[in-house]
Amino acid sequence: MNDKLLTAQAEPLWNTDKKIISLIAGIVLLLFALPHLGLNSFYLHLMIMIFMHAVMAQSWNVIAGFSGQISLGHGAFFGIGAYATSFFYVQYGISPWISIFFGIIFSGIAAVLIGIPMLRLSGHYFAIATLLIGISFQVVFQRWDLVGAASGLWVPMTSGDSWLALQFHTSKMPYYYVFLVFFLITFYLVWILSRSKLGFRLRAVRDDPQAALSLCINVSNYKIIAYVISAMIMAPMGSLFAQYILIIDPDRVFNIEISIIVLLITVLGGIGNVWGPLLGAAILIPISEYSRIYLGGTGGAVDLILYGLILMLICVFRPDGLISFVPKNILERKKQR
Amino acid sequence: MTSEIILQAIVTGLMMGLIYALIAAGLSLIFGLMDIVNFAHGEHLMLSMFSSFWLWSLFGIDPIFSIPITILLMAICGILTHYFLIRYILKAKMLIQICATFGLSIFIRSIAQLLWTPDFRNVENPLLEGRLEIGSVFIGQPQLIASLVCLVAFIALYLFVTKTETGLALQATAQDRHAAEILGIPSNKMFAIGWAIGLGCVGIAGGMMANYFFIFTDVGINFALFAFVAVALGGFGSIIGCLYAGIIIGLVESLGGLLIDPSFKLLYVFAIYLLVVIYKPQGLFGRY
Repeated sequence: MNDKLLTAQAEPLWNTDKKIISLIAGIVLLLFALPHLGLNSFYLHLMIMIFMHAVMAQSWNVIAGFSGQISLGHGAFFGIGAYATSFFYVQYGISPWISIFFGIIFSGIAAVLIGIPMLRLSGHYFAIATLLIGISFQVVFQRWDLVGAASGLWVPMTSGDSWLALQFHTSKMPYYYVFLVFFLITFYLVWILSRSKLGFRLRAVRDDPQAALSLCINVSNYKIIAYVISAMIMAPMGSLFAQYILIIDPDRVFNIEISIIVLLITVLGGIGNVWGPLLGAAILIPISEYSRIYLGGTGGAVDLILYGLILMLICVFRPDGLISFVPKNILERKKQR
Repeated sequence: MTSEIILQAIVTGLMMGLIYALIAAGLSLIFGLMDIVNFAHGEHLMLSMFSSFWLWSLFGIDPIFSIPITILLMAICGILTHYFLIRYILKAKMLIQICATFGLSIFIRSIAQLLWTPDFRNVENPLLEGRLEIGSVFIGQPQLIASLVCLVAFIALYLFVTKTETGLALQATAQDRHAAEILGIPSNKMFAIGWAIGLGCVGIAGGMMANYFFIFTDVGINFALFAFVAVALGGFGSIIGCLYAGIIIGLVESLGGLLIDPSFKLLYVFAIYLLVVIYKPQGLFGRY
C-alpha cells in the first residue's frame, strides 16, 4: 500500500496498453477503408447514422453521464445546429463549413442562457424544465417566419457535388468521411475530457455535490460548463444532418424523438462511460433501420415500440448499460501493477 | 376586448384548470409516495380516453356511464405498471427511474399507434351535449360537468388521503418508508394502492374528457406537460397544491391565449413553471 502511495502520480494521457492502442488504430484504419470495400449505399447510410447518433449520444453523455443532469430536451441544440447552416446558406450563401461554427457558437450561447437559470434546479425539476425547453424551441421555430416557420428551409441544391457547399448527390462516400472525421474528433476530445481534471470534477459534482462543494468545486459553474460542452457537441451533428438530407423543418430537427434516442442510446450502451454511446449506437441504429425496413411502412411505430421496450428492460436488468458486460480493466486502460 | 370575452376566458380557464388539477393530483400522489415521476402519465390519460371511446364504440355505453369501468381499468393498469416495472426500479438511481418511465411512455404510445392508428376520433352524440348561456358567458355542458366531476373527485381524493386509515398509511409511507414498515404498513402494498389511485384519477379525467375532446394517440403529451408543471408549481408531493396550480395553469393558458397570442399558449405555461421553480424551488405548497 505504501509503495503504491509513493509511486502514485498524475496519470499521463498515453499511459495505455500497447495492445489497445494498436486495436484502436486498426479499427480507425478499417473505418477509413470501409467505403472502398464495396459497401452499397444502404450500408454507408447505416454507418453514417451510427456515427451521427454516437456523437449525439456522446453529447448527452457529457451532461447526463459525467455531470449527472438529465436533459430531456437535447434535440433543441441539434435543431439550432441544423438551422444555423441551412439559414446562413439559404439567406447569405455562407458555406456550411463556416456556419457549422456559427451553429456551435449559437448553441453554446443558448446553453449558457438556458443553463444559468436552470442548472440551479436539480433532479426532476431540471429534467422537466429541459423537456419544456425542447418543446418550446419547436413551438417557436414553427412560428418564426424568418426561418420558414412550419414549412422549414429547403437548401438549394448545387448542380453537382460540392465540397464548398457540403453537398454530394452522386455518392454517400464524402458524407461518410465527413461524419467519420467529426465522430473521431468528438470521441477523442470527450475521451481526453473524461480523463482530465475537468472530467473528474464533473463526476465529483455528479456523485456528491456537497462533497464537491466542500472541495471548492463550484457546482453550478461546472454544471453549466458541462451543459455548454454538451450543446457544442450536439450542434455540428444537426448541421451535418441538415446537409445530408437538405431539407429541414421544425418537426424534424426539433422532434422530441431526437431527445429520446440520445437518451436511449446512452443508457443502452452505458451511461457515464466514453464508449457507451458508441456501443449503444452500433447496436440500436441497425435494429432501428432494419425494423423500419421489415416492419415499418404501415404507419405503425414498430421501432419506437422496440425503443421503449429496450429502455425499460435495460433499466430493470442492466442499469449500467451493455458496456458493463465488458471487463473493467480493459475499459479503464490502466496499467495493471 | 370587452369584459365579456375576458370573463369567458376566465370561465374556460377555470374549467380546464380543474381537469389539469385532477390529472396532476394523480401524478403528485405517486411522486410523493415513492419519489418517482411517472413520465408515462400522459399516455395513461390517453389509455383512459381510449377505454372510454372503445366502451362507447363497441358496447354503446355512453362515456358518462362508463366512468366506473374506466376507473377500474386504469386502477388495474396502475397496479400492473407497479408490478411489472416500478417494483424493480424503486432503489435505482433517479436517472434510471426517469428513463424507465420515459421508456414506458414511448412503449404505450407507439403500441397504441400500431393498434389504433394515429387517427383522430371522437364520441358522437354523447348524452352530454349543448351549452348553457349564463349572462353573456357560454359554457359547454360537457366541459362544465367534466370540471365539476373532477372537482368532486379531487375533494374525495383529498379527504381519502387525509382522513381515512389507508390514506394516512399512504402518507406515512410517503414520509418514511422504513419507519412505516416497522409499524406494520406494507410499503409494497401501499405503492400498488398509490398507483391504482393515481391512475384512477387519470381515469376519471380521461373518461370525462372523452365526452368532448378529440381522442388520438398523442393526446396525452400536452396534458402530461401541464400536469408536470402543475405538480412542480404546487410543490412535488402536495395534493392540495395541485388544485391551485391546475387552476393557475388553466387561467394562464386561456388568458394568455386571449390577451397575447394563442399560438404560444404552451410557452406562457412554461414561463410560469420556470419562474416558480427558479424563485421558489419547493413550489407553492411543497414539502421539500
